[in-house]
Amino acid sequence: MKFLSIFILFTLAVSLPRAHSADAMKVTMPGVGEERAFPQTQGADLYQAACQACHMPEGVGATAAATYPALAKDPRLKPKAFPITRVLNGSKAMPSFKATLSDEQIVAVVGYVRTHFGNHYSDTISLEDVKALRQ
Amino acid sequence: MTARFNPPEPQGMKRRDLLQMIGLIAGGSALYNAMTTLGFAADSQYTGPVTLRGAPAGTRIVVLGAGWAGLLAALELRDAGYSVQLLDYNDRIGGRAWSLRGGDVYTEMGGETQRCEFDSGLYVNPGPWRIPYHHRGVLAYARRFNVTLEPFIMVNYNAYVHSSRHFGGKPKRFREVQADFHGHVAELLAKATSKERLDEAVSREDQEKLLAALRSWGALDENYAYRANFDSAERRGYEVNKGGGLMPPPLPSTPIGLQDLLNSNLWEALNSGQIHQWQSTIFQPVGGMDMTPKAIGREIENLITLNAQVKQIKQDERGVTVSYVDSRTGKDARQVRADWCVCTIPLSILSQLDMNVGAPMSAAINALPYESAVKTGLQMKRRFWEEDDAIYGGITFTDLPIQQIAYPNTSYNKPGKGVLLGTFAFGDPALSLTGMSPRLRVQKAVEYGAQIHPQYATEFENGISVAWHRVPGAMGCAAAWDSQLQAAHYDNLAQLDGRIVLAGDHLSRGLTGWQEGAVLSSLDAITRLHKRIVNG
Repeated sequence: MKFLSIFILFTLAVSLPRAHSADAMKVTMPGVGEERAFPQTQGADLYQAACQACHMPEGVGATAAATYPALAKDPRLKPKAFPITRVLNGSKAMPSFKATLSDEQIVAVVGYVRTHFGNHYSDTISLEDVKALRQ
Repeated sequence: MTARFNPPEPQGMKRRDLLQMIGLIAGGSALYNAMTTLGFAADSQYTGPVTLRGAPAGTRIVVLGAGWAGLLAALELRDAGYSVQLLDYNDRIGGRAWSLRGGDVYTEMGGETQRCEFDSGLYVNPGPWRIPYHHRGVLAYARRFNVTLEPFIMVNYNAYVHSSRHFGGKPKRFREVQADFHGHVAELLAKATSKERLDEAVSREDQEKLLAALRSWGALDENYAYRANFDSAERRGYEVNKGGGLMPPPLPSTPIGLQDLLNSNLWEALNSGQIHQWQSTIFQPVGGMDMTPKAIGREIENLITLNAQVKQIKQDERGVTVSYVDSRTGKDARQVRADWCVCTIPLSILSQLDMNVGAPMSAAINALPYESAVKTGLQMKRRFWEEDDAIYGGITFTDLPIQQIAYPNTSYNKPGKGVLLGTFAFGDPALSLTGMSPRLRVQKAVEYGAQIHPQYATEFENGISVAWHRVPGAMGCAAAWDSQLQAAHYDNLAQLDGRIVLAGDHLSRGLTGWQEGAVLSSLDAITRLHKRIVNG
C-alpha cells in the first residue's frame, strides 16, 4: 500500500476504494505497491496465496469460535456463478477480491477449486463469466 | 487541515492562572475538561474515569469477550454495582493483547501446534505492541493498575530501509535515506526559488527566508547544493566517523543520487514516524502487552469464565440468554441468563453466531471483512543487531514479504540472547503468509531476514508465528472498515439493540486494531447502556 494513500486517509479523510482500516498496522513499506498483491497466475498457486489462509490446504476448512467453510466435495460449487460471486464480493468476514485479483486470476483459481479437493465440475469458466458478475 | 480555534482569554487573567484556579477548586478531571475547552490536550476523546451511579440492585449483565473492551466493561459495571459475568473463548484473558513466552503452547486453526522455545524473560507481542502518548484511555488503566511502561522506538535513524530490487539488495540506513531525500528536495526547491519560479507562491521578501530555511532543513552548502561535506555528514553519517588522539580525521560520506533514491521507493519508509499514531512518545509495557489486561483480570477474577464458546445469544422482552459450551471439547452446554448483554466478540465470529438482533445491526455485523496480519518472533543467540549493527530498538522496513523487522525495545546493550520480530506483514501479502504452515512461516522469516542481516544464518535458534486469520478466538486481525461501510453500517452497529450492545475496537472510528479503540468503544457503550437501564 502506497504511502500517499495512507497519508490522505489520515490527514484529509478522503475515501479510498478499499481503505485498509486496521489503522494500527498501516505503516508504509518501501516498494510495496510496485506490483500486484498476488503475482501468481496458476490456479494452485493462487489458491495457496489467497484462499488457503482460511480454507486450509486441500480445502478442508476449519472450525474454532466460528467456521471457515470447507471447499472440498462442496456441492455449492456446482453453479459456477456461486464461487465467482463469493470471490468477487466476499461474504461476511470473507474479504472481496474484486480489487486484488484480475478476471484471469479468478478464472484460474475458481477453475482450480471446482476441479480439485474432490470436486469434479468440469464445465469451463470464461473471462466473460467473471466480467458479467463483476459489477 | 486543523483549524486553530483560539478562544479569547479572560480579561485580566492569564490562561495558566485560570487553569490553576479551576484545578484547585474542582480537581483534576475538571481541569482536564477545562483544558480541552481551551484548546489544549484535545488529542484524545478519553474524558477520565467513568462514573456510573444508581445501578438498580440485582441487575445482571453478561459480558462476552475478555479482551480490553470486555474487561473494562466488566470492571466498570461491577464497580457501578451491577452483577456481572464475563465469558471468554480462550483459556487466557486479554484477547489480542497477548504475549508469547517460553513454554507457551499455541494451536492455530488447522490444528498445528507450536511450542514457544524462548529463553526466560524473552517474549513477542503477536498483537498490539505500542501505546501512543495520546491513547489516554489505555495509559490511564495502565497507571491505575500500576503497569510499568518503557519507550517503544518507532523511528531509529540507524535501522535499515531495504529494497530487494535496488542498490544491489543492500539495505540503507534510515538516516542516509532521510538526509539525502530532504537534501535533494531542498536543493531543487532552492533552485526554483532563486530562479524566481515560485513568485506566485512566495513573496519577494519571503524568498530569502525560504532559502535560509531550505539550506538549514536540507543541509545545503553556501551555493544551495546538497553534496558530500561535513554538513550533510552530520545528517547522514560519516565515511570515517569522529575520533580521538591520532586516529584518522573524519571523512564525510557520499549521498545517494536523487534519481536512484526516487526509483528505489525507499523514501516511502520515511513517513512511518510522522503520522499521529506513530509520533513519539510511544510506550510498551515492560514484560509484554498482556500486562495490563492480566492486572485487570486479577481484579475481577471471580467474574470470569474461560474456555467458554458462545453458540447463541437470544434476547426477549425481559432479558438475554447466552448459550455456551466448553471450547476445548465442544461439550458441556450451559446457559447464562442476564438482564443485559455487552458483546465484544469480533464480527468475524459474531456473524456466524445465532443471535436475534434487528435487521440494521444484523446487516452491519455481516458486512465487515477482516484484515490479515502475521507476526513472527525469532530468538537469536546474541543481540547482533546491537553488537554488530548498532541498532537499538526500532524498526527496519523492507519490500520483502516480512515487511518489517523490529528490534527489542528493552535490555539494550546487554550480552545474551534476544527475540526479534522477524515478520510484521499486513494486507494481502500477509494472507499469503497465513496460508503457509507456521513452521514454513518461521523458515521464510529467517530466509528473508538473512537478506538484511546475514547473521541470521548462524544466530537463529527458534521461532513462533501467529497469523491472525488462524487465531481460534479472533479469526482475523481487525475489522476492515472503509468510508462506504462506515456510512452504511457504523451507527447501526453501535446502537443499543434491545438488551444488547456491542463494543470493541471494531466500533471505533480510526482506531480499529488499536487497544485505545477498544477502550473508548467500551466506555462509550457501557455509559449508554447504564443510562438506558437507569432512565428506562
